[in-house]
Amino acid sequence: MAYSNKVIDHYENPRNVGVLDKNADDVGTGLVGAPACGDVMKLQLKISDEGIIEDAKFKTFGCGSAIASSSLVTEMVKGKSIDYAASISNSTIAEELNLPPVKIHCSVLAEDAIKAAIADYQKKRAARAAVSEASSKT
Amino acid sequence: MKLPIYLDNHATTRCDPAVVEAMLPYLTEVYGNAGSRNHAFGWAAQAGVDTAREQLADLIGADPKEIVYTSGATESDNLAVLGVARFYKDKGRHIITSNIEHKAVLDSCHALEKEGFEVTYLPVDSLGIITPAQVAEAIRPGTILVSIMHSNNEIGVVQDIAAIGAVCREKGVIFHSDAVQSLGKVPFDVTTMNVDLVSISAHKMYGPKGVGALYVRRGRPRIRLEPMMFGGGQERGIRSGTHAVHQIVGLGKAAELAKAAFTNGEVDRVRGLRDRLWSRLQAIDEVYLNGPVPGPSRLPNNLNASLAYCEGEAMMMAIKDLAVSSGSACTSASLEPSYVLRALGVEVELAHTSIRFGIGRFNTVEEIDYAAELVASKVTWLRDMSPLYDLVKEGVDLKSISWTAH
Repeated sequence: MAYSNKVIDHYENPRNVGVLDKNADDVGTGLVGAPACGDVMKLQLKISDEGIIEDAKFKTFGCGSAIASSSLVTEMVKGKSIDYAASISNSTIAEELNLPPVKIHCSVLAEDAIKAAIADYQKKRAARAAVSEASSKT
Repeated sequence: MKLPIYLDNHATTRCDPAVVEAMLPYLTEVYGNAGSRNHAFGWAAQAGVDTAREQLADLIGADPKEIVYTSGATESDNLAVLGVARFYKDKGRHIITSNIEHKAVLDSCHALEKEGFEVTYLPVDSLGIITPAQVAEAIRPGTILVSIMHSNNEIGVVQDIAAIGAVCREKGVIFHSDAVQSLGKVPFDVTTMNVDLVSISAHKMYGPKGVGALYVRRGRPRIRLEPMMFGGGQERGIRSGTHAVHQIVGLGKAAELAKAAFTNGEVDRVRGLRDRLWSRLQAIDEVYLNGPVPGPSRLPNNLNASLAYCEGEAMMMAIKDLAVSSGSACTSASLEPSYVLRALGVEVELAHTSIRFGIGRFNTVEEIDYAAELVASKVTWLRDMSPLYDLVKEGVDLKSISWTAH
Protein backbone atom coordinates (compact mmCIF):
# COMPACT_ATOMS: atom_id res chain seq x y z
CA MET A 1 0.00 0.00 0.00
CA ALA A 2 1.43 3.36 -0.99
CA TYR A 3 0.72 5.59 1.98
CA SER A 4 1.26 9.31 2.41
CA ASN A 5 4.14 10.46 4.57
CA LYS A 6 1.60 11.62 7.12
CA VAL A 7 0.15 8.13 7.53
CA ILE A 8 3.63 6.69 7.85
CA ASP A 9 4.59 9.34 10.42
CA HIS A 10 1.49 8.68 12.55
CA TYR A 11 1.97 4.93 12.19
CA GLU A 12 5.64 4.93 13.10
CA ASN A 13 5.30 7.55 15.84
CA PRO A 14 1.75 7.11 17.06
CA ARG A 15 0.56 9.91 19.36
CA ASN A 16 -1.31 9.28 22.59
CA VAL A 17 -1.19 5.51 22.73
CA GLY A 18 -2.43 4.36 26.11
CA VAL A 19 -5.38 3.92 28.39
CA LEU A 20 -7.42 6.12 30.72
CA ASP A 21 -9.43 4.73 33.66
CA LYS A 22 -12.57 3.49 31.97
CA ASN A 23 -14.45 3.54 35.29
CA ALA A 24 -13.74 7.23 35.93
CA ASP A 25 -16.82 9.49 35.69
CA ASP A 26 -15.08 11.95 33.41
CA VAL A 27 -13.78 9.36 30.92
CA GLY A 28 -15.76 8.24 27.90
CA THR A 29 -14.66 5.06 26.11
CA GLY A 30 -15.49 4.12 22.55
CA LEU A 31 -14.71 0.61 21.29
CA VAL A 32 -15.61 0.19 17.63
CA GLY A 33 -14.88 -2.22 14.81
CA ALA A 34 -14.53 -5.98 14.98
CA PRO A 35 -11.59 -8.38 15.11
CA ALA A 36 -13.16 -10.36 12.26
CA CYS A 37 -13.05 -7.26 10.06
CA GLY A 38 -9.39 -6.73 10.87
CA ASP A 39 -9.73 -3.50 12.80
CA VAL A 40 -10.77 -2.50 16.30
CA MET A 41 -10.29 0.99 17.75
CA LYS A 42 -10.52 1.98 21.37
CA LEU A 43 -10.64 5.72 21.94
CA GLN A 44 -10.85 7.24 25.40
CA LEU A 45 -11.60 10.88 26.13
CA LYS A 46 -11.19 12.63 29.49
CA ILE A 47 -13.78 15.41 29.51
CA SER A 48 -14.13 18.35 31.91
CA ASP A 49 -17.48 19.49 33.33
CA GLU A 50 -17.32 22.33 30.83
CA GLY A 51 -17.26 19.79 27.98
CA ILE A 52 -13.61 20.28 27.08
CA ILE A 53 -11.54 17.23 26.11
CA GLU A 54 -8.58 17.35 28.46
CA ASP A 55 -6.93 14.14 27.38
CA ALA A 56 -7.30 11.50 24.68
CA LYS A 57 -5.76 8.04 24.42
CA PHE A 58 -6.14 5.26 21.92
CA LYS A 59 -5.32 1.66 21.25
CA THR A 60 -5.92 0.16 17.83
CA PHE A 61 -5.72 -3.26 16.24
CA GLY A 62 -5.69 -2.70 12.53
CA CYS A 63 -3.73 -1.77 9.47
CA GLY A 64 -1.37 1.16 9.18
CA SER A 65 -4.08 3.61 8.19
CA ALA A 66 -6.35 2.52 11.06
CA ILE A 67 -3.55 3.21 13.53
CA ALA A 68 -2.73 6.52 11.82
CA SER A 69 -6.41 7.58 11.81
CA SER A 70 -6.72 6.90 15.54
CA SER A 71 -3.50 8.71 16.30
CA LEU A 72 -4.61 11.71 14.25
CA VAL A 73 -8.00 12.07 15.96
CA THR A 74 -6.44 12.06 19.41
CA GLU A 75 -4.39 15.06 18.30
CA MET A 76 -7.39 16.76 16.70
CA VAL A 77 -9.68 16.54 19.71
CA LYS A 78 -7.32 17.32 22.57
CA GLY A 79 -8.18 20.68 24.14
CA LYS A 80 -11.31 20.98 21.99
CA SER A 81 -14.96 20.89 22.98
CA ILE A 82 -17.00 17.73 22.65
CA ASP A 83 -19.25 19.57 20.20
CA TYR A 84 -16.27 20.16 17.94
CA ALA A 85 -15.08 16.56 18.35
CA ALA A 86 -18.54 15.23 17.48
CA SER A 87 -18.50 17.32 14.31
CA ILE A 88 -15.31 15.73 12.90
CA SER A 89 -16.28 13.79 9.83
CA ASN A 90 -14.53 10.84 8.28
CA SER A 91 -13.79 12.84 5.15
CA THR A 92 -11.80 15.36 7.18
CA ILE A 93 -9.70 12.52 8.56
CA ALA A 94 -9.32 10.87 5.17
CA GLU A 95 -8.27 14.14 3.53
CA GLU A 96 -5.86 15.03 6.30
CA LEU A 97 -4.10 11.66 5.89
CA ASN A 98 -4.61 11.45 2.14
CA LEU A 99 -5.97 7.92 2.53
CA PRO A 100 -6.27 5.74 -0.56
CA PRO A 101 -9.93 4.91 -1.45
CA VAL A 102 -9.64 1.32 -0.20
CA LYS A 103 -8.76 2.67 3.27
CA ILE A 104 -11.62 5.16 3.67
CA HIS A 105 -13.33 2.76 6.09
CA CYS A 106 -10.48 3.38 8.56
CA SER A 107 -11.46 7.04 8.74
CA VAL A 108 -15.12 6.06 9.18
CA LEU A 109 -14.08 3.89 12.10
CA ALA A 110 -12.17 6.80 13.65
CA GLU A 111 -15.23 9.05 13.36
CA ASP A 112 -17.35 6.31 14.94
CA ALA A 113 -14.83 5.96 17.76
CA ILE A 114 -15.12 9.66 18.67
CA LYS A 115 -18.91 9.51 18.65
CA ALA A 116 -18.94 6.32 20.71
CA ALA A 117 -16.57 7.79 23.31
CA ILE A 118 -18.69 10.93 23.65
CA ALA A 119 -21.89 8.88 23.88
CA ASP A 120 -20.34 6.76 26.64
CA TYR A 121 -19.33 9.91 28.55
CA GLN A 122 -22.80 11.42 28.16
CA LYS A 123 -24.44 8.20 29.32
CA LYS A 124 -22.29 8.24 32.45
CA ARG A 125 -23.12 11.93 33.03
CA ALA A 126 -26.86 11.30 32.62
CA ALA A 127 -26.67 8.38 35.03
CA ARG A 128 -24.78 10.54 37.54
CA ALA A 129 -27.33 13.34 37.18
CA ALA A 130 -30.18 10.90 37.72
CA VAL A 131 -28.53 9.55 40.86
CA SER A 132 -27.91 13.02 42.32
CA GLU A 133 -31.45 14.12 41.46
CA ALA A 134 -32.88 11.03 43.15
CA SER A 135 -30.76 11.59 46.26
CA SER A 136 -31.73 15.32 46.46
CA LYS A 137 -35.44 14.38 46.44
CA THR A 138 -35.15 12.08 49.44
CA MET B 1 24.03 -7.96 5.52
CA LYS B 2 21.95 -5.83 3.17
CA LEU B 3 18.50 -4.47 3.99
CA PRO B 4 15.71 -5.03 3.13
CA ILE B 5 15.88 -8.83 3.34
CA TYR B 6 13.95 -10.79 0.74
CA LEU B 7 11.79 -13.48 2.36
CA ASP B 8 9.02 -13.64 -0.23
CA ASN B 9 10.33 -16.47 -2.37
CA HIS B 10 6.86 -17.93 -3.01
CA ALA B 11 5.95 -14.74 -4.84
CA THR B 12 9.03 -14.77 -6.99
CA THR B 13 12.74 -15.46 -6.75
CA ARG B 14 15.89 -13.67 -7.74
CA CYS B 15 17.29 -14.93 -11.02
CA ASP B 16 20.34 -17.05 -10.29
CA PRO B 17 23.46 -15.40 -11.76
CA ALA B 18 24.21 -18.66 -13.60
CA VAL B 19 20.77 -18.41 -15.22
CA VAL B 20 21.41 -14.85 -16.35
CA GLU B 21 24.78 -15.87 -17.72
CA ALA B 22 23.20 -18.69 -19.72
CA MET B 23 20.54 -16.38 -21.12
CA LEU B 24 22.65 -13.43 -22.22
CA PRO B 25 24.15 -14.85 -25.42
CA TYR B 26 20.63 -15.59 -26.62
CA LEU B 27 19.84 -11.89 -26.62
CA THR B 28 22.97 -10.75 -28.40
CA GLU B 29 24.59 -13.46 -30.52
CA VAL B 30 22.08 -16.28 -30.82
CA TYR B 31 19.11 -14.16 -31.75
CA GLY B 32 17.62 -16.34 -34.45
CA ASN B 33 14.02 -17.55 -34.53
CA ALA B 34 13.99 -21.17 -33.39
CA GLY B 35 11.43 -21.75 -36.10
CA SER B 36 13.82 -20.74 -38.89
CA ARG B 37 14.70 -24.17 -40.16
CA ASN B 38 17.01 -23.19 -43.00
CA HIS B 39 19.85 -21.13 -41.58
CA ALA B 40 22.46 -21.22 -38.88
CA PHE B 41 20.80 -18.53 -36.74
CA GLY B 42 17.65 -20.61 -36.50
CA TRP B 43 19.54 -23.84 -35.81
CA ALA B 44 21.52 -22.24 -32.99
CA ALA B 45 18.33 -20.91 -31.37
CA GLN B 46 16.66 -24.30 -31.80
CA ALA B 47 19.61 -25.97 -30.08
CA GLY B 48 19.12 -23.69 -27.06
CA VAL B 49 15.42 -24.49 -26.94
CA ASP B 50 16.14 -28.22 -27.23
CA THR B 51 18.76 -28.23 -24.47
CA ALA B 52 16.35 -26.44 -22.14
CA ARG B 53 13.68 -29.00 -22.96
CA GLU B 54 16.03 -31.78 -21.90
CA GLN B 55 17.01 -29.96 -18.70
CA LEU B 56 13.39 -29.40 -17.75
CA ALA B 57 12.31 -32.95 -18.64
CA ASP B 58 15.19 -34.29 -16.57
CA LEU B 59 13.97 -32.38 -13.51
CA ILE B 60 10.53 -34.02 -13.55
CA GLY B 61 11.37 -37.40 -15.03
CA ALA B 62 9.66 -36.69 -18.34
CA ASP B 63 10.51 -37.15 -21.99
CA PRO B 64 11.62 -33.87 -23.61
CA LYS B 65 8.87 -34.29 -26.20
CA GLU B 66 6.30 -33.93 -23.41
CA ILE B 67 7.30 -30.35 -22.55
CA VAL B 68 5.22 -27.46 -23.94
CA TYR B 69 6.66 -24.00 -23.35
CA THR B 70 4.29 -21.28 -22.19
CA SER B 71 4.47 -17.72 -20.90
CA GLY B 72 4.28 -18.91 -17.30
CA ALA B 73 2.27 -20.96 -14.86
CA THR B 74 -0.92 -18.94 -15.26
CA GLU B 75 -0.99 -19.86 -18.92
CA SER B 76 -0.01 -23.46 -18.09
CA ASP B 77 -2.85 -23.80 -15.58
CA ASN B 78 -5.32 -22.18 -17.98
CA LEU B 79 -4.18 -24.37 -20.86
CA ALA B 80 -4.37 -27.56 -18.80
CA VAL B 81 -7.85 -26.92 -17.40
CA LEU B 82 -9.48 -25.20 -20.36
CA GLY B 83 -7.58 -27.28 -22.93
CA VAL B 84 -8.64 -30.62 -21.46
CA ALA B 85 -12.21 -29.52 -20.78
CA ARG B 86 -12.77 -28.20 -24.28
CA PHE B 87 -11.11 -31.16 -25.97
CA TYR B 88 -12.92 -33.85 -23.98
CA LYS B 89 -16.26 -32.09 -23.49
CA ASP B 90 -18.09 -34.78 -25.42
CA LYS B 91 -16.75 -37.38 -23.01
CA GLY B 92 -17.97 -35.54 -19.93
CA ARG B 93 -18.43 -32.17 -18.34
CA HIS B 94 -17.38 -32.67 -14.74
CA ILE B 95 -14.15 -31.39 -13.20
CA ILE B 96 -12.73 -31.89 -9.71
CA THR B 97 -10.39 -29.45 -8.01
CA SER B 98 -9.84 -28.14 -4.47
CA ASN B 99 -10.74 -24.88 -2.82
CA ILE B 100 -7.09 -24.00 -2.10
CA GLU B 101 -5.92 -24.07 -5.71
CA HIS B 102 -4.24 -21.10 -7.30
CA LYS B 103 -6.61 -18.58 -8.88
CA ALA B 104 -5.25 -19.56 -12.30
CA VAL B 105 -6.97 -22.92 -11.81
CA LEU B 106 -10.00 -21.71 -9.85
CA ASP B 107 -10.85 -18.91 -12.26
CA SER B 108 -10.41 -21.26 -15.22
CA CYS B 109 -12.94 -23.55 -13.53
CA HIS B 110 -15.30 -20.62 -12.99
CA ALA B 111 -15.01 -19.80 -16.69
CA LEU B 112 -15.89 -23.40 -17.53
CA GLU B 113 -18.94 -23.30 -15.26
CA LYS B 114 -20.23 -20.52 -17.49
CA GLU B 115 -19.73 -22.86 -20.45
CA GLY B 116 -21.91 -25.49 -18.79
CA PHE B 117 -19.31 -27.58 -16.99
CA GLU B 118 -19.84 -28.73 -13.43
CA VAL B 119 -17.00 -28.32 -10.97
CA THR B 120 -16.54 -30.00 -7.58
CA TYR B 121 -14.36 -27.97 -5.22
CA LEU B 122 -13.02 -30.40 -2.66
CA PRO B 123 -12.69 -29.01 0.86
CA VAL B 124 -9.42 -29.45 2.74
CA ASP B 125 -8.83 -30.41 6.37
CA SER B 126 -7.41 -28.05 8.98
CA LEU B 127 -3.90 -28.60 7.64
CA GLY B 128 -4.89 -28.10 4.02
CA ILE B 129 -4.73 -31.77 3.04
CA ILE B 130 -6.90 -33.46 0.40
CA THR B 131 -7.13 -37.25 0.70
CA PRO B 132 -7.10 -39.69 -2.23
CA ALA B 133 -10.40 -41.06 -0.84
CA GLN B 134 -12.02 -37.62 -1.26
CA VAL B 135 -10.97 -37.60 -4.89
CA ALA B 136 -12.16 -41.18 -5.44
CA GLU B 137 -15.56 -40.35 -3.96
CA ALA B 138 -15.96 -37.25 -6.09
CA ILE B 139 -15.19 -39.01 -9.37
CA ARG B 140 -18.37 -39.95 -11.24
CA PRO B 141 -19.32 -40.87 -14.79
CA GLY B 142 -18.56 -37.77 -16.84
CA THR B 143 -15.57 -36.66 -14.75
CA ILE B 144 -12.88 -35.70 -17.25
CA LEU B 145 -10.28 -33.88 -15.16
CA VAL B 146 -8.88 -33.68 -11.64
CA SER B 147 -6.66 -30.69 -10.88
CA ILE B 148 -4.90 -30.67 -7.50
CA MET B 149 -1.77 -28.65 -6.82
CA HIS B 150 1.30 -30.44 -5.52
CA SER B 151 2.22 -27.78 -2.99
CA ASN B 152 0.41 -24.67 -1.90
CA ASN B 153 1.93 -21.23 -2.28
CA GLU B 154 0.53 -19.84 0.98
CA ILE B 155 0.71 -22.59 3.59
CA GLY B 156 3.22 -24.89 1.90
CA VAL B 157 1.11 -28.03 2.28
CA VAL B 158 2.37 -30.85 0.06
CA GLN B 159 -0.32 -33.22 -1.18
CA ASP B 160 0.05 -36.96 -1.70
CA ILE B 161 -0.02 -36.53 -5.45
CA ALA B 162 1.18 -40.07 -6.18
CA ALA B 163 -1.83 -41.57 -4.37
CA ILE B 164 -4.28 -39.07 -5.88
CA GLY B 165 -2.74 -39.77 -9.29
CA ALA B 166 -3.17 -43.51 -8.78
CA VAL B 167 -6.88 -42.99 -8.08
CA CYS B 168 -7.27 -40.93 -11.27
CA ARG B 169 -5.31 -43.45 -13.34
CA GLU B 170 -7.42 -46.31 -12.06
CA LYS B 171 -10.63 -44.47 -12.89
CA GLY B 172 -9.36 -43.23 -16.25
CA VAL B 173 -9.54 -39.53 -15.36
CA ILE B 174 -6.92 -37.05 -16.54
CA PHE B 175 -4.86 -35.62 -13.68
CA HIS B 176 -3.31 -32.14 -13.68
CA SER B 177 -1.06 -30.82 -10.93
CA ASP B 178 0.39 -27.36 -10.43
CA ALA B 179 3.95 -28.04 -9.25
CA VAL B 180 5.15 -24.45 -9.42
CA GLN B 181 6.15 -24.21 -5.75
CA SER B 182 7.58 -27.73 -5.55
CA LEU B 183 10.33 -27.84 -8.13
CA GLY B 184 13.74 -27.72 -6.54
CA LYS B 185 12.20 -28.00 -3.06
CA VAL B 186 10.49 -31.40 -2.93
CA PRO B 187 11.04 -34.32 -5.34
CA PHE B 188 8.64 -34.44 -8.25
CA ASP B 189 8.44 -37.21 -10.83
CA VAL B 190 5.70 -37.52 -13.42
CA THR B 191 5.96 -41.29 -13.67
CA THR B 192 5.92 -42.31 -10.02
CA MET B 193 3.34 -39.61 -9.27
CA ASN B 194 0.93 -40.67 -12.03
CA VAL B 195 0.35 -37.15 -13.33
CA ASP B 196 -0.72 -36.34 -16.87
CA LEU B 197 -0.27 -32.56 -16.89
CA VAL B 198 2.08 -30.44 -14.78
CA SER B 199 2.34 -26.66 -14.56
CA ILE B 200 5.82 -25.22 -14.24
CA SER B 201 7.09 -21.68 -13.75
CA ALA B 202 10.66 -20.42 -14.18
CA HIS B 203 10.56 -17.42 -11.88
CA LYS B 204 9.61 -19.43 -8.81
CA MET B 205 12.84 -21.43 -9.16
CA TYR B 206 15.43 -18.72 -9.76
CA GLY B 207 14.70 -18.37 -13.46
CA PRO B 208 13.31 -15.41 -15.40
CA LYS B 209 9.73 -14.15 -15.27
CA GLY B 210 7.52 -14.56 -18.31
CA VAL B 211 8.26 -18.19 -19.11
CA GLY B 212 6.96 -21.54 -17.94
CA ALA B 213 5.91 -24.89 -19.27
CA LEU B 214 3.20 -27.47 -19.24
CA TYR B 215 4.14 -31.12 -19.12
CA VAL B 216 1.69 -33.03 -21.33
CA ARG B 217 1.81 -36.83 -21.19
CA ARG B 218 2.32 -38.39 -24.62
CA GLY B 219 1.71 -42.04 -23.93
CA ARG B 220 -0.38 -44.25 -21.65
CA PRO B 221 -2.50 -42.24 -21.72
CA ARG B 222 -1.87 -39.70 -24.46
CA ILE B 223 -3.36 -36.37 -23.42
CA ARG B 224 -4.90 -34.08 -26.01
CA LEU B 225 -5.61 -30.39 -25.51
CA GLU B 226 -7.62 -27.75 -27.31
CA PRO B 227 -5.11 -24.92 -27.87
CA MET B 228 -5.70 -21.36 -26.66
CA MET B 229 -3.12 -19.71 -28.90
CA PHE B 230 -3.20 -20.10 -32.65
CA GLY B 231 -0.60 -19.21 -35.26
CA GLY B 232 2.71 -20.71 -36.27
CA GLY B 233 2.03 -24.16 -34.87
CA GLN B 234 4.97 -24.19 -32.46
CA GLU B 235 5.02 -26.74 -29.64
CA ARG B 236 3.22 -29.39 -31.69
CA GLY B 237 0.44 -26.94 -32.37
CA ILE B 238 -0.56 -26.89 -28.72
CA ARG B 239 0.96 -23.47 -28.13
CA SER B 240 1.70 -21.27 -31.11
CA GLY B 241 3.97 -18.26 -30.82
CA THR B 242 7.63 -17.58 -31.52
CA HIS B 243 9.78 -19.19 -28.87
CA ALA B 244 11.12 -16.74 -26.30
CA VAL B 245 14.49 -18.36 -26.74
CA HIS B 246 16.47 -16.50 -24.07
CA GLN B 247 13.65 -17.03 -21.53
CA ILE B 248 13.43 -20.71 -22.39
CA VAL B 249 17.19 -21.11 -22.04
CA GLY B 250 16.88 -19.48 -18.60
CA LEU B 251 14.08 -21.87 -17.66
CA GLY B 252 16.28 -24.80 -18.67
CA LYS B 253 19.25 -23.60 -16.66
CA ALA B 254 16.98 -22.93 -13.66
CA ALA B 255 15.66 -26.50 -13.94
CA GLU B 256 19.21 -27.87 -13.96
CA LEU B 257 20.01 -25.90 -10.80
CA ALA B 258 16.72 -26.99 -9.21
CA LYS B 259 17.68 -30.63 -9.70
CA ALA B 260 21.12 -30.00 -8.23
CA ALA B 261 19.48 -28.44 -5.14
CA PHE B 262 18.63 -31.93 -3.88
CA THR B 263 22.23 -33.14 -3.99
CA ASN B 264 24.30 -30.03 -3.28
CA GLY B 265 22.83 -29.38 0.15
CA GLU B 266 20.60 -26.44 -0.83
CA VAL B 267 17.30 -28.06 0.12
CA ASP B 268 18.60 -29.09 3.54
CA ARG B 269 20.18 -25.71 4.15
CA VAL B 270 16.96 -23.86 3.31
CA ARG B 271 14.98 -26.25 5.51
CA GLY B 272 17.43 -25.54 8.33
CA LEU B 273 16.86 -21.80 7.94
CA ARG B 274 13.09 -22.25 7.98
CA ASP B 275 13.28 -24.46 11.10
CA ARG B 276 15.55 -21.91 12.77
CA LEU B 277 13.07 -19.10 12.04
CA TRP B 278 10.12 -21.15 13.26
CA SER B 279 11.86 -22.13 16.50
CA ARG B 280 12.50 -18.43 17.21
CA LEU B 281 8.97 -17.34 16.37
CA GLN B 282 7.46 -20.17 18.39
CA ALA B 283 9.06 -18.66 21.46
CA ILE B 284 6.71 -15.65 21.12
CA ASP B 285 3.42 -15.80 23.05
CA GLU B 286 0.33 -16.66 20.97
CA VAL B 287 1.91 -17.41 17.63
CA TYR B 288 0.03 -20.03 15.64
CA LEU B 289 1.33 -22.07 12.72
CA ASN B 290 -0.91 -22.19 9.65
CA GLY B 291 -0.67 -25.44 7.71
CA PRO B 292 1.16 -28.68 8.54
CA VAL B 293 4.00 -28.88 11.05
CA PRO B 294 7.40 -28.74 9.37
CA GLY B 295 7.94 -32.20 7.90
CA PRO B 296 7.19 -34.20 4.76
CA SER B 297 3.77 -32.56 4.31
CA ARG B 298 5.21 -29.05 4.16
CA LEU B 299 7.51 -27.29 1.71
CA PRO B 300 10.95 -26.93 3.33
CA ASN B 301 11.12 -23.22 2.47
CA ASN B 302 7.69 -22.21 3.73
CA LEU B 303 6.52 -20.76 7.03
CA ASN B 304 3.11 -19.23 7.61
CA ALA B 305 2.13 -18.12 11.08
CA SER B 306 -0.51 -15.96 12.70
CA LEU B 307 0.88 -13.41 15.15
CA ALA B 308 -2.28 -12.94 17.19
CA TYR B 309 -3.46 -9.36 17.90
CA CYS B 310 -1.06 -7.91 15.31
CA GLU B 311 -2.88 -7.08 12.09
CA GLY B 312 -0.90 -8.34 9.08
CA GLU B 313 -0.54 -5.14 7.11
CA ALA B 314 0.48 -3.19 10.19
CA MET B 315 3.04 -5.89 10.92
CA MET B 316 4.44 -5.68 7.40
CA MET B 317 4.81 -1.92 7.80
CA ALA B 318 6.52 -2.44 11.13
CA ILE B 319 8.99 -4.94 9.68
CA LYS B 320 9.60 -3.04 6.49
CA ASP B 321 13.20 -4.28 6.40
CA LEU B 322 11.74 -7.70 5.62
CA ALA B 323 9.91 -8.51 2.40
CA VAL B 324 7.18 -10.96 3.41
CA SER B 325 3.49 -11.29 2.64
CA SER B 326 0.27 -11.55 4.61
CA GLY B 327 -3.13 -13.19 4.35
CA SER B 328 -4.64 -10.10 5.92
CA ALA B 329 -7.54 -8.48 4.12
CA CYS B 330 -5.79 -5.14 4.34
CA THR B 331 -3.10 -6.34 1.97
CA SER B 332 -5.60 -7.36 -0.67
CA ALA B 333 -7.83 -5.28 -2.87
CA SER B 334 -10.86 -7.38 -1.96
CA LEU B 335 -10.77 -6.64 1.80
CA GLU B 336 -11.25 -10.36 2.36
CA PRO B 337 -8.61 -12.35 4.19
CA SER B 338 -6.86 -15.24 2.43
CA TYR B 339 -9.25 -17.80 0.97
CA VAL B 340 -6.65 -20.50 1.56
CA LEU B 341 -6.51 -19.81 5.31
CA ARG B 342 -10.29 -19.62 5.44
CA ALA B 343 -10.52 -23.00 3.67
CA LEU B 344 -8.39 -24.49 6.46
CA GLY B 345 -10.87 -23.13 8.97
CA VAL B 346 -8.39 -20.60 10.37
CA GLU B 347 -10.52 -18.11 12.28
CA VAL B 348 -10.92 -14.90 10.39
CA GLU B 349 -9.44 -12.93 13.32
CA LEU B 350 -6.26 -14.99 13.05
CA ALA B 351 -6.22 -14.93 9.26
CA HIS B 352 -5.90 -11.14 9.51
CA THR B 353 -2.69 -11.60 11.49
CA SER B 354 -0.97 -14.15 9.25
CA ILE B 355 2.50 -13.62 7.84
CA ARG B 356 4.08 -15.81 5.19
CA PHE B 357 7.83 -16.27 5.02
CA GLY B 358 9.33 -17.81 1.89
CA ILE B 359 12.97 -18.73 2.41
CA GLY B 360 15.22 -19.07 -0.60
CA ARG B 361 18.57 -20.03 -2.05
CA PHE B 362 20.15 -16.68 -1.30
CA ASN B 363 19.09 -16.25 2.34
CA THR B 364 21.66 -16.53 5.13
CA VAL B 365 21.61 -17.49 8.81
CA GLU B 366 22.40 -13.89 9.68
CA GLU B 367 19.32 -12.70 7.78
CA ILE B 368 17.08 -15.25 9.48
CA ASP B 369 18.30 -14.24 12.93
CA TYR B 370 17.78 -10.57 12.12
CA ALA B 371 14.27 -11.33 10.83
CA ALA B 372 13.29 -13.33 13.92
CA GLU B 373 14.50 -10.63 16.28
CA LEU B 374 12.76 -7.87 14.35
CA VAL B 375 9.45 -9.75 14.25
CA ALA B 376 9.62 -10.48 17.98
CA SER B 377 10.24 -6.83 18.87
CA LYS B 378 7.47 -5.57 16.57
CA VAL B 379 4.98 -8.08 17.96
CA THR B 380 5.57 -6.50 21.35
CA TRP B 381 5.23 -3.00 19.90
CA LEU B 382 1.95 -3.76 18.10
CA ARG B 383 0.47 -5.65 21.04
CA ASP B 384 1.22 -2.69 23.30
CA MET B 385 -0.97 -0.75 20.89
CA SER B 386 -3.65 -3.43 20.54
CA PRO B 387 -6.91 -3.08 22.51
CA LEU B 388 -7.53 -6.78 21.89
CA TYR B 389 -4.35 -7.85 23.63
CA ASP B 390 -5.33 -5.69 26.64
CA LEU B 391 -8.76 -7.31 26.79
CA VAL B 392 -7.31 -10.80 26.59
CA LYS B 393 -4.79 -10.00 29.34
CA GLU B 394 -7.70 -8.77 31.48
CA GLY B 395 -9.26 -12.19 30.98
CA VAL B 396 -12.02 -11.04 28.64
CA ASP B 397 -13.15 -13.58 26.06
CA LEU B 398 -13.15 -11.61 22.78
CA LYS B 399 -16.03 -13.75 21.55
CA SER B 400 -18.20 -12.51 24.44
CA ILE B 401 -18.11 -8.95 23.13
CA SER B 402 -20.79 -7.94 20.65
CA TRP B 403 -18.64 -6.30 17.99
CA THR B 404 -20.04 -3.91 15.45
CA ALA B 405 -19.17 -5.48 12.12
CA HIS B 406 -18.58 -2.90 9.43
